[in-house]
Amino acid sequence: MNLISLKKVTVAYGNSTVLRNVDLNLNSGEIVTIVGPNGSGKTTLLRAIIGSVQPKTGTITLKPGLKIGYVPQRLNFDRTLPLTVQRFLSLSDPVSRDMCIHALQRAGVPQLLKEQMSDISGGQFQRVLLARALLGQPEVLILDEATQGLDQPGSAAFYRQIETVRNETGCAVLMISHDLHVVMSASDQVICLNGHVCCAGTPSAVLSTPEYRELFGTGTGGALALYRHDHDHVHEHDSSGAEAVT
Amino acid sequence: MLDDFLVRAGLGGLGVVLAAAPLGCFVVWRRMAYFGEATAHGAMLGVALSLAFEQSIFIGPLIVAVLMAWTVSLFSQRNYATDTILGVFAHSALALGLVVVSFISGVRIDLMAYLFGDILAVSGSDLAIIWGGVVLICGLMAWRWTPLLLATLNEELAYAAGIKPKREQLILTLSLGITVAVSIKVVGILLIAAMLIIPAAAARQLARTPEGMVALTAVIGAISVITGLSAAYRFDTPTAPSIVCVSLGLFCVFSILGALKHR
Repeated sequence: MNLISLKKVTVAYGNSTVLRNVDLNLNSGEIVTIVGPNGSGKTTLLRAIIGSVQPKTGTITLKPGLKIGYVPQRLNFDRTLPLTVQRFLSLSDPVSRDMCIHALQRAGVPQLLKEQMSDISGGQFQRVLLARALLGQPEVLILDEATQGLDQPGSAAFYRQIETVRNETGCAVLMISHDLHVVMSASDQVICLNGHVCCAGTPSAVLSTPEYRELFGTGTGGALALYRHDHDHVHEHDSSGAEAVT
Repeated sequence: MLDDFLVRAGLGGLGVVLAAAPLGCFVVWRRMAYFGEATAHGAMLGVALSLAFEQSIFIGPLIVAVLMAWTVSLFSQRNYATDTILGVFAHSALALGLVVVSFISGVRIDLMAYLFGDILAVSGSDLAIIWGGVVLICGLMAWRWTPLLLATLNEELAYAAGIKPKREQLILTLSLGITVAVSIKVVGILLIAAMLIIPAAAARQLARTPEGMVALTAVIGAISVITGLSAAYRFDTPTAPSIVCVSLGLFCVFSILGALKHR
């Protein structure tokens, strides 16, 4: 069943149309990546899904009661607000210390519990945000350029963590990324956005479309080839949404 | 016990710092210092209107505070930075208030009492209103605490958690209006912003969590009121400014402690 479904969604800020007729479907357990140049409306698309902007036309349907875990772009955390990692994690709903530690472990940073949010590094910060999103036991993780500001090994490690989380918890993932070559190998579906959906499909299908080449040039081809790996396992989706990894 | 004017002054002051503690922290976290000051200055117009229509001195400032917030958000979407709009309306409201007051005949109005407060003249019924305001604000803050914190931290995070940041902003503005309204009698229009900002700024140095910071802010405010009040009584200095001076002293002490801690 579709967790998130967009039909012919158009979003405008004032007179400028940012998104035109966008269709998107997210199924449970699926990793969907949105790529696109700056100003192509990627963040607006996520905002429309979480409800912080309203579409001008079209419909956005979420599965009733859908639990979304949102990992934003690097937040500007003001030093004026004192906040430990533990307190940050229990901000929306009260959670126990053990649950905090468990979520931090799953995100790969168990040692940060007592640190101040303003004192940790960029990479640690994103993992804390991931831990926070995981605490709500989400059915969908939404990531908005979550690795901005991280170096390449840092982003690669972060996305491996996302894939691990997906495999362990079975949650669907919808993410925006600039790091095409790092992200694509892990995605089930890639949507190439430039105000409208240019092309969509499996990573290999998208890579071979002329629209994609036009947007990103052939220059990245080498880097992509370098990072692509063969899918040595298959994800099967049965009707209940459970996932079988063979 | 309430017959003693010093006890009433103390209770009035403690009420104000209790209400100002959570609001002051939000003012510091959200960089609303100028907004707080503008709301306070705008209260002069509120006082004038209250006097003109012979209403309670608490009603006018509350209405003006809300109108001010609404006008500011309306205008800041039109090519002005918020601080410019605040500058326009804060000082206009202060000036307009002073002009309106001059038209009110019959009563002789002690302007100084409104500008700098008259904590030693706090009456039993004033106390009832001040503490009513305290209960209202603490209730509002306790009820909306988590949404307010999330909306302060990051709007997108708030939206994703199903919170409407605009509504939380309105609740803060309303609470700020109430705080200003109940503080006029105690610290006066010109020094309300000091009671909002200084204790919270001092508390930031040692606080580790938002709740800890609010609690510490309340303690620092309470020490300021009690010490400032006794100093004013003993050395015959103006009361509200003495309270603010003690706050400043505590701010310096906490800054030094904070610097030592982070070394």
